[in-house]
Amino acid sequence: MADTLKERPVYRNIHITQIVGYRLPPAGIVSILHRVSGALLFLLLPFVIWLFDTSVTSEISYDRFTSVFIAGAGFLPGWFIKLVCLGLIWAYLLHFVAGVRHLWMDMTHSVSKEQGRGSAVITLGLSTLLTVALGAKLFGLF
Amino acid sequence: MSGNFGSKRLVVGAHYGSRDWLSQRVTAVLMALFTLAVIVQVLMPGEMGYVKWAGIFAPQWMKVLTFVVIVALALHAWVGVRDIWMDYVKPVGIRLGLQVFSIVWLLGCAGWAVQVIWRL
Repeated sequence: MADTLKERPVYRNIHITQIVGYRLPPAGIVSILHRVSGALLFLLLPFVIWLFDTSVTSEISYDRFTSVFIAGAGFLPGWFIKLVCLGLIWAYLLHFVAGVRHLWMDMTHSVSKEQGRGSAVITLGLSTLLTVALGAKLFGLF
Repeated sequence: MSGNFGSKRLVVGAHYGSRDWLSQRVTAVLMALFTLAVIVQVLMPGEMGYVKWAGIFAPQWMKVLTFVVIVALALHAWVGVRDIWMDYVKPVGIRLGLQVFSIVWLLGCAGWAVQVIWRL
């Protein structure tokens, strides 16, 4: 018994190279994705404002906004802009649902292991479903 | 919190982050409600185009609401991004640099967004 305990890896301070081999429960996946999506939204904020600016300022800029998804902007092709937007949509939806999960946990004190797991699975499922639906719309599948 | 100074200064209890915690949640609720308000207006009957889209942001009350949400977003993102720097970046100088960058980034974006809504 003592021998097997000694052989278990101990993560005192997780290094970036250890992340790949580190198995996370669903709540842990939601937690880190909440942070990753937040960082992504923070970094892409100027792009979001540029989209808002061109879409809302004038009819001419609105045409430019709609054509950017087909013709692209500068050296960036249209499909790449769509891909970045899909990333934004995913980040926003996951961050949104994970945030509502936090509020729900705060208000109802739903902090048991089972509730954490259940709500994490719902968060991943719902945000993925909505991302696929909006992504299909973005890429013109319906 | 009155009398929380001198020899009566509260030095125990992990309440130093309560204000950030609360502001992050209040701003989150504001942004969530704003998101729903925009989605409802987008889904209103009528063909989607420039007139409808710009019309959503045309009334003064919507501009004021959008402005409040822009400020809320900046505060919310500041609390979150600062958490990331505090968790992963230990050297004080680099952390300070990244925090200054975050503030400049967020203030710059907020200023630009405010300009967009009020020149419509």
